Amino acid sequence: MALDPVIAFTEVTKSFGSIDALDPIGLTIRKGEFVSLVGPSGCGKSTVLRLGSGLIEPTKGTVSRSSDNVGYIFQEPTLMPWRTVEQNVTFLGELDGLSRQEAKGRADEVLSLVGLEEFRDHYPLALSGGMKMRTSIARSMLLDPDLFLFDEPFGALDQISRARLNAELCALFSERRFAALFVTHSVDEAVFLASRLLVMSKRPGRLVAEFEIPYPFPRQPEIRYEPEFAVLAGQVAAALADAS
Amino acid sequence: MSDRTDETGIASRRRLAATREFLRVAIPPALVALGIILLWYGITFFVLQPDRRFLLPPPHEIVQEGILDREVLAEITGGLYRTAMVAGLGLVIAFALGFSMALVMSQAKWIERSLYPWAVVCQTVPILALVPLLGFWFGFGLMSRVTVCVIIALFPIIINSLTGLQGADPRLHDLLTLHNAGRWTRALKLQVPAARPLIFTGLRTSAGLSVIGAIVGDFFFGRGQPGLGILLDRYSRRLRSEELLAAVIAACLLGVVAFWIFGVLGRRAVGHWDPSWADERNKNE
Repeated sequence: MALDPVIAFTEVTKSFGSIDALDPIGLTIRKGEFVSLVGPSGCGKSTVLRLGSGLIEPTKGTVSRSSDNVGYIFQEPTLMPWRTVEQNVTFLGELDGLSRQEAKGRADEVLSLVGLEEFRDHYPLALSGGMKMRTSIARSMLLDPDLFLFDEPFGALDQISRARLNAELCALFSERRFAALFVTHSVDEAVFLASRLLVMSKRPGRLVAEFEIPYPFPRQPEIRYEPEFAVLAGQVAAALADAS
Repeated sequence: MSDRTDETGIASRRRLAATREFLRVAIPPALVALGIILLWYGITFFVLQPDRRFLLPPPHEIVQEGILDREVLAEITGGLYRTAMVAGLGLVIAFALGFSMALVMSQAKWIERSLYPWAVVCQTVPILALVPLLGFWFGFGLMSRVTVCVIIALFPIIINSLTGLQGADPRLHDLLTLHNAGRWTRALKLQVPAARPLIFTGLRTSAGLSVIGAIVGDFFFGRGQPGLGILLDRYSRRLRSEELLAAVIAACLLGVVAFWIFGVLGRRAVGHWDPSWADERNKNE
């Protein structure tokens, strides 16, 4: 099943002034792959995402994408507070010239996927942290991207909301099989979501370990409590400790 | 228990809550007003000698001679109207000019760097120093008066609009960049909507300043149909303290109303999403 890569980093480095943020990085993600990236704070994980999205250019090397249709999910929900949930979700449709009707139809679909149909007319001010994040995910799904880039999206949530959103995201991935690069601090979250997991060293960041996560999709939240899962998470945590 | 009694019960309880809320908000300032009026009477009758009582006539005389006297009332309401027109026109022009300047400044650092110092100068220039010059250039009519208002009201609008336009979330900027949004789309869909709460803050401050500008301009130009400034000057020259105080109260009212109007507009426009403009009841929910 050798699908074409959706995104490929080849010998990519990035420097900001005299500071090297990344050592040469090579990374390929294919359709249907969910790649988690863990690493110590400030190791350049976010830089990898910004390079992947095209927001910044590499200093050396190339980043090639098979599609420009990329969904970016930020650390915070980053909603427009003056727009309702639905208006936030249709926003990217406005930018990309979708007709109002088309955007509304798609918004209906993604809002029901994240379970927010009833809150479509609410303003973000009235939503909980978890609901704001769901809105943010719904917004990124409107244009049905081929590649999703997640920048520690659930870091600000409480443990219960976080676990629930992990399960929901895993279900979405199981159904849609896009390509995803998911940056996180949480080993548990990284293992639960990923088909492949990469560990990054401290700055200048480079990829120091790689794990295949053998669980098939869809996954049940309970796999977290299986012994194999704990062993795997332990190995990742050890690699992460070595890298820090 | 029938639903109907429940419903009327809820409705009357709500009315009661609304009344209580109103009283909670209205009673303390009303008590302060009462205290001030009592103090006023005290000064008039117990501090001032009878031959100096004209300095602060008691409140009922101001009502009698400044408000119930038809001729004086017509004079003061006429002045109030003219001053309000000048202030309103000045505010509209200051907004158009100030917002456009802020919008242009928000688009490029070099424009901001070029214009910002002059915006500050316009804020720091003593307006009284400019008034004779404005009269010299534009005459003593509407044009000069409105110009005074514009100069005095411009800075808060520029600075608040600019802060708002530049304050949009950088990650939202990233989102627009990812979708190849142009400068115009960015301004229209992100910067201007995000700036609205601060734009209303600027307008509210400038509305009060514009009223001051209108009165100052009128006071110093001193010609043409009288606004509040001319009336204040005239009454004080003639030692008509009742009318003078009535005119002062009218001027205060105009300033308060200007502030209040933009408070209401701001709450209406952005109160449902901006916490700083949300009214008390929304905050408690």
